[in-house]
Amino acid sequence: MAPSPTYAFSRALWGRALRAAKRVRVLRLAAFVLLAIAGTTSARADEFSTLLSDLASSSFADKERAVIALGRLGDERAVGVMTALKDGRLIKAPDGRILVSDATRLTDPVTGADVSGVAGDTADRIRVNNRLRGAIEGALGELTLFSSDPAARLAAAQDALRHPFADQAARLEKGIAAEKDPAIRAAMEQSLLASRLFAGTSAEKLAAVRALGTTTDPQIKNLLDQFRAAPETDPDLRQAADAALGSIQNRLRLVGLAASLFEGISLGSILLLAAIGLAITFGVMGVINMAHGEMIMLGAYAAYVCQQLFRSFLPPAWIDGYLVLAVPVAFLFTGAVGVALERSVIRFLYGRPLETLLATWGVSLILQQAVRSIFGSPNREVSNPTWMTGGFDPIGGFTITWNRLVIILFCLIVLGALALILNRTRFGLHMRAVTQNRPMASVMGIPSARIDALTFGLGSGIAGMAGVALSQIGNVSPNLGTIYIVDSFLVVVFGGVGNLMGTLVGALSLGIVNKFLEPVAGAILGKIVVLVAIILFIQRRPRGLFALRGRTAEAGA
Amino acid sequence: MLNRIWHVAVAAAVIAGAPMAATAQSGGTIKIGVLHSLSGTMAISETTLKDTILMMVDDVNKKGGLLGKKVEAVVVDPASNWPLFAEKARDLLAKEKVAAVFGCWTSVSRKSVLPVFEELNGLLFYPVQYEGEESSRNVFYTGAAPNQQAIPAVEYLMDNEGGAAKRWVLEGTDYVYPRTTNKILEAFLKSKGVAPDDIKINYTPFGHSDWQTEVAAIKSFASAGKKTAVVSTINGDANVPFYKELANAGIKASDIPVVAFSVGEEELAGIDTKNLVGHLAAWNYFESVKNPTNDAFIKQWRDFIKNPKRVTNDPMEAHYIGFKMWVQAVRQAGTTDVDAVRQAMYGQKVKAPSGFVAVMNTNHHLSKPVMIGEIQANGQFDVVWQTKEAIKADAWSPYLPEDKGKIADWTYPWVCGNCTAPKYAD
Repeated sequence: MAPSPTYAFSRALWGRALRAAKRVRVLRLAAFVLLAIAGTTSARADEFSTLLSDLASSSFADKERAVIALGRLGDERAVGVMTALKDGRLIKAPDGRILVSDATRLTDPVTGADVSGVAGDTADRIRVNNRLRGAIEGALGELTLFSSDPAARLAAAQDALRHPFADQAARLEKGIAAEKDPAIRAAMEQSLLASRLFAGTSAEKLAAVRALGTTTDPQIKNLLDQFRAAPETDPDLRQAADAALGSIQNRLRLVGLAASLFEGISLGSILLLAAIGLAITFGVMGVINMAHGEMIMLGAYAAYVCQQLFRSFLPPAWIDGYLVLAVPVAFLFTGAVGVALERSVIRFLYGRPLETLLATWGVSLILQQAVRSIFGSPNREVSNPTWMTGGFDPIGGFTITWNRLVIILFCLIVLGALALILNRTRFGLHMRAVTQNRPMASVMGIPSARIDALTFGLGSGIAGMAGVALSQIGNVSPNLGTIYIVDSFLVVVFGGVGNLMGTLVGALSLGIVNKFLEPVAGAILGKIVVLVAIILFIQRRPRGLFALRGRTAEAGA
Repeated sequence: MLNRIWHVAVAAAVIAGAPMAATAQSGGTIKIGVLHSLSGTMAISETTLKDTILMMVDDVNKKGGLLGKKVEAVVVDPASNWPLFAEKARDLLAKEKVAAVFGCWTSVSRKSVLPVFEELNGLLFYPVQYEGEESSRNVFYTGAAPNQQAIPAVEYLMDNEGGAAKRWVLEGTDYVYPRTTNKILEAFLKSKGVAPDDIKINYTPFGHSDWQTEVAAIKSFASAGKKTAVVSTINGDANVPFYKELANAGIKASDIPVVAFSVGEEELAGIDTKNLVGHLAAWNYFESVKNPTNDAFIKQWRDFIKNPKRVTNDPMEAHYIGFKMWVQAVRQAGTTDVDAVRQAMYGQKVKAPSGFVAVMNTNHHLSKPVMIGEIQANGQFDVVWQTKEAIKADAWSPYLPEDKGKIADWTYPWVCGNCTAPKYAD
């Protein structure tokens, strides 16, 4: 059986690391000779600075060799150099010196001293490509495996899975013996098993395959697949590998279901956030509000403006807090726009749904064009604060991203707060009274016009807060609202007009059904199936999932 | 009351439309049409192209005009509405009698105006990379054909330097450009010995905003023991949520690189790129390219738009080349007559901001260099690979069996964009 390309690929990766190790051994020998002649420090320094200048080579292959050799040198200074190289902060000064640039200063990595007199625009940034980035990660892992920083050690232990380095098994064994932290030790042990898959004895391989078969990690599956594709002659090993792959596959299938459920809840929470505001303006007040999407859009732009204010007027360390300010700002701003809209347009159109539809649609166009004129039509960049960036892997195999988790929680808080306002406050009581029976409420002394304006403002304000949340996962552009308006109406109508509980159940079930359909039917067909299902459902139950009964429903319709 | 509201709305619309109407006056001038969406989903990308043409017109007028006349841009807004593109194109050609039209972005809009340009013998300059499979007598394609973008990008990723990818995800928006491009790429990959099991093709609708399922599917497809790469033909608004999901799901470029064909500097301006460093894009031009022509182009753009932070991108460069070529061809022909200008276009050369000389070929497509750039934390691209010389565009793909033998050549004896035998034979 001819070696498969996969196997060749993984072999190449290992071969590269091993060859580099040999090369470095030769270099070390040279260094040793030098050491005998000139003394320790200068020889090491020479080697370090030679390799450093190799990093500025124009060929990516030369750079890669230099990176691997630097990693093997075991010099602490190399960590700073490689991190800088990876982040694009390593530069070559016009006089040929290699310098590390920070936000404020330049340093010489050989001496560690600050450098001045090199203008930023005369220096060339040293470029990296993805292949080189992989080599850097491998070398950094090798360098930081014994670092004093536990986070660096953990990253090194995990990176060792993806970017194997030479003598990995021996170094990992040493690392495991010295490691106190159980989580890091577990990661190291896993990487050690993985490296034994390719460079161990038959018995070690067999033990590694069996142990790895109990994990649930796509990366391990990746390695086992590579291992399985190799022309392995030992039938025991093949059988063990097949069994291990099978059991990982089974667990990953279960994890996939859990992932779909989370994705569905996340999509549901976004639909819900987008729809809650409409559940008030349309559901409770009965205004067919086509400008609802634009309220979401205005909220997203409020988040953008807050971010820009933080960036320009506050110290950089505060930037992560901009969202905390953006939520109330967006609420108050879009709420005010909502009140103004109700006072100037909508109050003249109560009871005339067609005219309301046209007028609010016109308002939505005006708002879109206004934003386009002020901010321009290109997307605006709203970045995730660091506490909403990235994700974590709870059971192996699927990532829960922080931004989505935060949005789910935020959505629940908004819904809870709204339920409290509606059911426990005076304003909520007035609001329900006016929408249920306007003349009677007026007779009882409730200022119905004011309540109308405030109710519409509340709905718009909530849409604005939804906009802040949506700015964390998608576009901030003048068209943002048009993406969500149809889905919002769908949720409100499906859940039952005038019913918050219905909106909640409607949004979540739409989200979850969508996410379970999508992997099977694809995004496009999935959407069609959901739409058809809703049409059929509305045919059977025109009032949605949770229909209001009795006189309230008649008055509200 | 309703009346009053409508009056306000109409007044607002009139005010918004006024500057466009004002430029449409004519005198002893040469009129050109600008057919780019200024509202709707595509406004994000197309508004910039309208400004680019206005900048080029301004420049030509400052330098004394064309054939002794001023050039005047007639700007219309087809509002990202494909049938409206055809209507507006008819207005421009029949009513405004423009000498040439610069416009369209999506292939759907181009397909929609094509019959109008052919019927009224107009001239369209189309500045965006596209799927090929077309060569109209009335269109000059200044963007890339697949062999100037898609194929080289995939070859780069297959190469050792690009990571030696063996398994491929082709992720696209569901319309003609991604579907045709992916058809060509699939045929190409198979011709290179990639097994059908190692190719996954997936489509999502325009404006798709929830990418969890797709990103998770990419992750699991990539865990089959082979280096995997993603080729993205996702277009427009859907890109931002896609990249945000990608970054947060922790897909690193050194593990699963994503190469995009519709993401340039302008699109990146809406994304925080810190966690996307190393993902790729293939174009014929990047703003970060260093040469005097590009420095002048960037300066001219920033001065014109009065914003020192605005970025340039590939379709803008294509419009720059297209407009300059049209001006040169009009001067050479001594008239704006469409047939004369068309003949003068062939072989027209322009020193492009990419640092290469772009040449118009007789298949109505350009010769341009191909560049692969990696996304940087500052929202720009670092060029990590480029062709040594300009590559001639193929209107018809050699990898599709149905294109076998098809030739696009608008000079004698072929005079045809879609023929397997010359029109004239002696």
